[in-house]
Amino acid sequence: MRYTDLLDFAWSVLRGSRSRTALILLAMGIGVAAVVIVSSLGEGARRYVLDQFGSLGTNLLIVLPGRSETSGGAPGFIVGKTPRAITIDDALALGRSRAVRKIAPLIVGTGDVRWNAKIREVPVLGSTAEMLEVRHMELSQGIFLPPGDPHHSQPVCVIGAKVRRELFGAQAALGEWLRIGDRRFRVVGILASQGQSLGFDTDEVVIVPVASAQALFNTEALFRVLVEAKSREQVQHAKDDVLEILKARHEGERDVTVITQDAVLATFDRILRALTLAVGGIAAISLGVAGILIMNVMLISVTQRRAEIGLLKAVGATSAQVKAIFFTEAAILALGGGAVGLAVGKAGQLFIGQLYPTIPFSPPWWAVVAAPLTAVVTAVLFSVAPARRAAALDPVMALSRR
Amino acid sequence: MIRLTDIERKFRVGDETVHALRGVSLDIAAGEYLSIMGPSGSGKSSLLNVLGLLDRPNAGRYELDGRDVTGLTDDELAQVRREKIGFVFQFFHLVPRLTAEQNIELPMMLAGIDPLERRRRLDRLLTEYGLESRARHRPDQLSGGQCQRVAIARAMSMEPGVILADEPTGNLDRHTGQEVMALLEALHAGGGTLVVVTHDAELGNRARRRIRIVDGAIVADARD
Ligand SMILES: Nc1ncnc2c1ncn2[C@@H]1O[C@H](COP(=O)(O)OP(=O)(O)OP(=O)(O)O)[C@@H](O)[C@H]1O
Ligand SMILES: [Mg+2]
Repeated sequence: MRYTDLLDFAWSVLRGSRSRTALILLAMGIGVAAVVIVSSLGEGARRYVLDQFGSLGTNLLIVLPGRSETSGGAPGFIVGKTPRAITIDDALALGRSRAVRKIAPLIVGTGDVRWNAKIREVPVLGSTAEMLEVRHMELSQGIFLPPGDPHHSQPVCVIGAKVRRELFGAQAALGEWLRIGDRRFRVVGILASQGQSLGFDTDEVVIVPVASAQALFNTEALFRVLVEAKSREQVQHAKDDVLEILKARHEGERDVTVITQDAVLATFDRILRALTLAVGGIAAISLGVAGILIMNVMLISVTQRRAEIGLLKAVGATSAQVKAIFFTEAAILALGGGAVGLAVGKAGQLFIGQLYPTIPFSPPWWAVVAAPLTAVVTAVLFSVAPARRAAALDPVMALSRR
Repeated sequence: MIRLTDIERKFRVGDETVHALRGVSLDIAAGEYLSIMGPSGSGKSSLLNVLGLLDRPNAGRYELDGRDVTGLTDDELAQVRREKIGFVFQFFHLVPRLTAEQNIELPMMLAGIDPLERRRRLDRLLTEYGLESRARHRPDQLSGGQCQRVAIARAMSMEPGVILADEPTGNLDRHTGQEVMALLEALHAGGGTLVVVTHDAELGNRARRRIRIVDGAIVADARD
C-alpha cells in the first residue's frame, strides 16, 4: 500500500466522522496549547526576572570607578575622596588576565546629533569593536566600529534603529556624514532593534570610537569597562584578576568596583526554570488525557468499523496494513491537534503578552518541540491497542451479521 | 485448480461443538461454474469461507493451484486472497463513506498498484458494469443492484482466477438478481472459476455443476 493511499484512506475516515475528528483535535489542541501557554508564562517570568536583575549577561563583569561595599546590586557611592579614573590603558591591561576573553571600554555622554537640518539629542557611547560581541549586539546593516588601537579614532559611528528612522526617514543612512558636537562621523552601521541594554535603549544611541568620545566629552576617564569572562565558571577568577591588575596600576589602592551577575540571580534562574518545567509537565498531563481519549474513540471506531475491517482483510489487507491504517489516522489527528494547539497556544501567548507588555512571554523551545511530539507519541502509543484489536479481527466474524 | 481433502470445520459454542463441515473433499477445475445449495445452517458459507481462505479448517488439506495453502501465515493468506480470489457477498459490504469508484479501487490500493494503472482498470470496470454515471456516488445513494455491481467490479479489479459469491442475490429482487447472476456468469464465460452459494434452486440450477450440502457434508455433486 502506498503512503499517499494510506493518507487518503485515513483522511476519508477522518472526514467521514467530522464531530469525532473535531473532538479529538480539540482535546489534543487544548493539551498542546496548555503546555505552550503555561510554559510561556513560566519562561516569561524567568526572562523578566533575569532581564531586570541581570541585563548584564551571564559572563559579563562591569568595572566602574570608585569603591563600593555593596556587591552585586547597584553600585553604592563612594564616601570621601573622588576615585581615580579608569583609563584606556587600565582597560587594555585587563586583557592580560587569562580568565578574560574580551574587554570593551565605555564612555557615555549626551550629544546633539545633526544631519542636514535635523537635530536629535541622544546618548552617545564611546567604545571599541569589542563592544559588539561583549554586549551581544546585532547589526541590521553595515559594520560595527572597526577594530584597531583604541587610542586612535576614526570618524565613524554606528547608530540605533530609532536614530536612523528619526534622522534619515526613508533615506539611506549608510555612508552619510553626521555631526555630533563639532565633529563629523560617517555612518558605517545600523544596530538591529534589541531594546534595553545596560540601561540604554540601543535603538536610541549613537556609538563612536572611544577616543572620539574622549575628545567629544573632553575626558580621559572611562565610565565603565565591560569585561567578558571566558566562561561562567571563570567569572569569579576574572573578577579577582581585574581587581588585582587595577590595584597594581593604581598604586596599591583598591578603588574600583566590579559588578557581576551574582549567585542570587543564578539561583533565581534555576528556580524559575524548574518551575516552568513543572507547570509545563502538569499541563502535559492533559496530553495524556487526550491520548486516552484517542484510544477510546479508536476502540469505538474499531467496533463500529468491524465490517469494513473484515472487508479489507477479505480483499487482501494484511494485519500490518490494517494497523498502519489506524496508526495513520491517529498520527494525523495528533499532528493536526498539535498544529491547532501550537496556533492556539501562540495566540494565547500573544494575548497575554498584550495584557502584560513588559513581560517577555514566549514559549521555551523545548515546549514547542516537546508538546506536539508528546501529542504524536501518546496518540500513536494509545492507538496500539485499537490497531492491534483491528488487525486481530477474524474476517469471517467481522463480515457476518451475527 | 482447487482441491479440498477431508476438510473439517468445528465451532465450539459453550460446551457443545458444532460441526460446520465434516470430511468435505472437493475438486474444482479451473473455469468451472459451480453452485452450492443446501438448507440453512448446513455449512455453505463455512465452505465458501474456507475456499476463500478467509477461514482455516480444523483439519484437512487445501491445495490451490497446486500449492498447499493450509499452513500459510495470515499475511501469506492475505496475499493469496488479494491475487487469486474475488468475493461477492450477500450484504455487498461496501465501505459506506467511500464512493463507488473508491470501493472498487480498494483491493488495487491495498496491493499497491500504480495509480495510473488503477485509473485505467477503474475506467474499464466502470464501463463494463454500467457504473460510469455512478462513479462518485456513495453506497447509500445507490440501489441494491448497483451496489452489487460495484461489489462485483471490486472483486474483479485484481483479475482473480476464482470468484466466490455467497448468496449474491439474497438481498435483491428477482429481476435485479437475474441481472447480477448474468454478470457473474459473464465472468465465468470469460474463463473465470465461479462458485455461487444460493438458496434459490432456479438460480442454482443454472450452474453446470451443482453441489448439495447437508449438515456439513456433501450429499450430491451433479454435473450436466
Ligand atoms: N462463528 C461461528 N460460531 C459458532 N457456530 C458457527 C459459526 N459459524 C457458523 N457456525 C455454525 O456452523 C453451521 C454452518 O453455518 P454456515 O454459516 O456455514 O451455514 P449456511 O449454510 O451458510 O447457512 P445460511 O444458509 O443460513 O447462510 C451452523 O450451524 C452455524 O450455526
Ligand atoms: Mg450462509
